[in-house]
Amino acid sequence: MFRNAAELVELAESRGCKISDIMIEQEIEFTGKTKEQIISQMDRNLQVMEDAVLRGITEDVRSHSGLTGGDAKLLQTYLKSGKSFSGEFMLDAVSKAIATNEVNAAMGTICATPTAGSAGVVPGTLFAIKEKLNPTREQMVAYLFTSGAFGFVVANNASISGAAGGCQAEVGSATAMAAAAIVELAGGTPSQCAQAFAIALKNMLGLVCDPVAGLVEVPCVKRNAMGASNALVAADMALAGIVSRIPCDEVIEAMYKIGQTMPVALKETAQGGLAATPTGRELEAKIFGVPLSEK
Amino acid sequence: MKYKSVFDIIGPVMIGPSSSHTAGAARIGRVARHLFGRKPDYARVYFYGSFAKTYKGHGTDVAIAGGILDFDTFDTRIVNALTLADEAGIKITMSEEDAITDHPNTARIVLGDEKGEMELTGISIGGGKIEITELNGFKLRLSGNHPALLIVHNDKFGAIAGVTNILAKHSINIGQMEVSRKEKGKEALMVIEVDQNIEEGIMQEIESLPIVLQVVKVHD
Repeated sequence: MFRNAAELVELAESRGCKISDIMIEQEIEFTGKTKEQIISQMDRNLQVMEDAVLRGITEDVRSHSGLTGGDAKLLQTYLKSGKSFSGEFMLDAVSKAIATNEVNAAMGTICATPTAGSAGVVPGTLFAIKEKLNPTREQMVAYLFTSGAFGFVVANNASISGAAGGCQAEVGSATAMAAAAIVELAGGTPSQCAQAFAIALKNMLGLVCDPVAGLVEVPCVKRNAMGASNALVAADMALAGIVSRIPCDEVIEAMYKIGQTMPVALKETAQGGLAATPTGRELEAKIFGVPLSEK
Repeated sequence: MKYKSVFDIIGPVMIGPSSSHTAGAARIGRVARHLFGRKPDYARVYFYGSFAKTYKGHGTDVAIAGGILDFDTFDTRIVNALTLADEAGIKITMSEEDAITDHPNTARIVLGDEKGEMELTGISIGGGKIEITELNGFKLRLSGNHPALLIVHNDKFGAIAGVTNILAKHSINIGQMEVSRKEKGKEALMVIEVDQNIEEGIMQEIESLPIVLQVVKVHD
């Protein structure tokens, strides 16, 4: 049983296996289920993710509030023009992250990774990589176990709740989880996975949870978009051999402490940040008929 | 460790938009329904903290109503749960409370019918994971992730031995157990998380113990 990232990496490296293998092994131990049962359960979650991505990039998805929807499709059309600065692959990942969150905002079916508000980053990056590397279904399922292993560490040592730790705990965690999983799928070592995780999370520290009208829409959808790009860059940096000067577990600890000292107004209460901007308040009043403060 | 399974992180599969405000709320409602054990005639729901501020936008209201209707987090009927509850003859009222609670996402649910009433408090701790923290005035910690037995009994010696002997006889392993009481020598509550669903017969056997007042279960 691993309690932190250092133990997770140590377990994988000492046994010469992958992070995903350690996660599967621990799940077998904890649940008493067979490996086949656990893998098929994860495969079902993967299918939900694939369906949500496909729906988001092909259908006209609109949320009930009207705040979000349709951006994944816009980006798919744009990236095919070949004029993009950040590249087709990057924008495909971003678009697929947006797709998932747009479906989520429209009360569609998604798989929380680790939460619904941050559900775009892991599948967004995965289904872009699917086009590039053509991984097997087994490798794609492993991607989710690797993400889950690092998510497990961050959830138990810090938080994955925006109400408790701000957006850094949600999209921040998702981004770092995806970065680690990308490294494993690309053939990196367990230690490089942890480096990618640390690099990604360091750059999400301090991110507040300030949703307009309290809805998981603005800015959540676009934060997932940027999370996907952040994850890919962090993975590339780790694969290049760059290391984080602050170890993974200490970055997680820092994230936890930042979350604890973050004002309540910036932790999913719709009282501060973007939610409290004139336009944010105007949208809120339009959606609810009255501002939240007068409710 | 609060999170024990990888599926706490990669999951649940759910109807959007919020794992804590939608999926977590549905789970709290569903555990309440299981503990009540039958369809209630009415439900009063009180929202605190972030739940109180944002429940309409997150569909927390429909989610909790869906849970009370015994819908799982991925059940698409959640979207219409308030109408469906009305059709099922469950009168649901919801209100926003100002009181400061320990956890920002807290809901209190009262379920009742002519036979009785039950009150519980649940918190949504992130990623769809929940804990039931109070039941009819008893403090407890129940995840709702495992089958569990909740036993109200007299606060006297031999209660734990009586119950656990029956479980041992039926080869039922206890994963986690907690006992709490409001006052010494009065009523107490035993919460036992187990590895498999408990059959009706075993419940009756436990209920027949003189020291036991009531037995309810949470199933998978």
